[in-house]
Amino acid sequence: MTAPNHRWRQFKDLLMRVVTFACAILVVAPLILIFYHIVKQGFSSLNFAFFTQLPKPLGEKGGGMANAIVGTFVLLAEAAVVGVPVGVLGGVFLSEYGSSKLNWWVRFAADVLNGVPSITWGVVVYGLMVVPMHGASALAGGVVLGLMMIPLVMRTTEEVLQLVPGGYREAALALGIAKWKTIVQIVIRTALKGIVTGVLLALARVAGETAPLLFTTGNLGWAHKLTEPIAAIPLQIYVYAISPYDDWHRQAWAGAFILLLLVLAINVGVRFFTRDRFQSKT
Amino acid sequence: MPETATSPLNVPPESKAPGAPALAVRNLSVFFGKNVAVKKVSLDIAARAVTAIIGPSGCGKSTFLRAINRMHELNPEARMEGEIKLFGDDIYSRNVEPVVVRRRVGMVFQKSNPFPTMSIVDNVTVGLRLNGVGNRKVLAERTEQSLRMAALWDEVKDRLHAPAISLSGGQQQRLCIARALAVEPEVLLMDEPASALDPLATSKIEDLIVHLKKEYTIVIVTHNMQQAARASDFTAFFYLGELVEYGPTTKIFTSPSQKRTEDYVTGRFG
Repeated sequence: MTAPNHRWRQFKDLLMRVVTFACAILVVAPLILIFYHIVKQGFSSLNFAFFTQLPKPLGEKGGGMANAIVGTFVLLAEAAVVGVPVGVLGGVFLSEYGSSKLNWWVRFAADVLNGVPSITWGVVVYGLMVVPMHGASALAGGVVLGLMMIPLVMRTTEEVLQLVPGGYREAALALGIAKWKTIVQIVIRTALKGIVTGVLLALARVAGETAPLLFTTGNLGWAHKLTEPIAAIPLQIYVYAISPYDDWHRQAWAGAFILLLLVLAINVGVRFFTRDRFQSKT
Repeated sequence: MPETATSPLNVPPESKAPGAPALAVRNLSVFFGKNVAVKKVSLDIAARAVTAIIGPSGCGKSTFLRAINRMHELNPEARMEGEIKLFGDDIYSRNVEPVVVRRRVGMVFQKSNPFPTMSIVDNVTVGLRLNGVGNRKVLAERTEQSLRMAALWDEVKDRLHAPAISLSGGQQQRLCIARALAVEPEVLLMDEPASALDPLATSKIEDLIVHLKKEYTIVIVTHNMQQAARASDFTAFFYLGELVEYGPTTKIFTSPSQKRTEDYVTGRFG
């Protein structure tokens, strides 16, 4: 009487196992496919000129993305300058000062901003900066990426500050240390690795953004000033990939490969930081 | 509340503290929203003596303790009535900031909480450094002095720059005591300082408390009757937010005047 029932239960258990495993594979498979194609096509298209030369005019062979590689780093630096202070201090406010009612609204706004399509950010900054300044610029590109970082950095900062046990705040306040010093010297210091991790992940996220840059950077040559147009890897990939020329396609693959390496490097940095954090806790 | 609870009566001469009381609490009530945690408590706490606050969970003893250095104000719902004078100074006076009160009244918590990002020595000196003391000689002197008073110096003097969290639980709690002593408070509040420690570490903390009263006024909240009996000079018994009885520890434990005190200290309830 119990045997068939038992077998049916075993079958259900197995079924569940197989279905969940298949879904896990589906998560990993695209990553492996993307990696495989980009590494295969991108690595073979890389050469020294890619890092040192400017794009060649249409029809000429060779050339590189030197300006776009430098441009992406410049844009990320600008984004960090715009996004990190506002994001981190906003997170500090949510965690250490805000009232629950105000916090609810700020969190809600941050979550909505996180969900705003990136092209919308591009259009907004186009209207706020590109039009008044009469032209695309490195500044506008950095600002749009920085604005996109703010809600990301703010929420992760708030989360890691909340993980700091209240006992540390009490201990510091009981020593007669002022609240702002307690926050800066005790709470933020304790959560610093988590905050850095959040900043790095936000940088990795905006490093590959293309749509907001379409409206803001201009994607041209070398920028000698922040008010001049600047190139960026994702934009260069976009321009080359939709062109009909094989040589440009190869350059697009190489650009994708470099961008992938950059994002990978940031993520490895994050792993390094988080691992260190767990070690120091035990 | 009978007036006898206000100050320790019939204090035997050998346990009477010298000089004026360190703390004079009058009609102290503390509210959290609509709830009353402490009801109209009045008592004097003797200087350079150990006063134990005992009572069952939820009787308001921790709230009472936190009101003495205004730590209860961290809860935005908290509100107080009454008066607390620290060596004559009204700590709730309008022009007194909580930060200043907390420099004079230090606190040690139930769970040891050395700052995990700092070394042993940095933990001891943090209260001084963040309050503007930068003189290395002063900091070094105060470090040794505080760690010696906390009976930790001999155990850590060779590894002062090791992370504070590398210490054992009992050592961490003594480090927290050293950290509180380094800013030279006049009163030291201890909220169940040994309840998370093993018996050996607990007895070290108790020895330390008895030793510290030569220089400090100590108020300790404890759940442990033996601890109160061993380490304190005066005992206050709280029940449901009220001060039921207050007097010399020997009297509270051997011949309490209130039935509820007797029932509690003999373990009949709580």
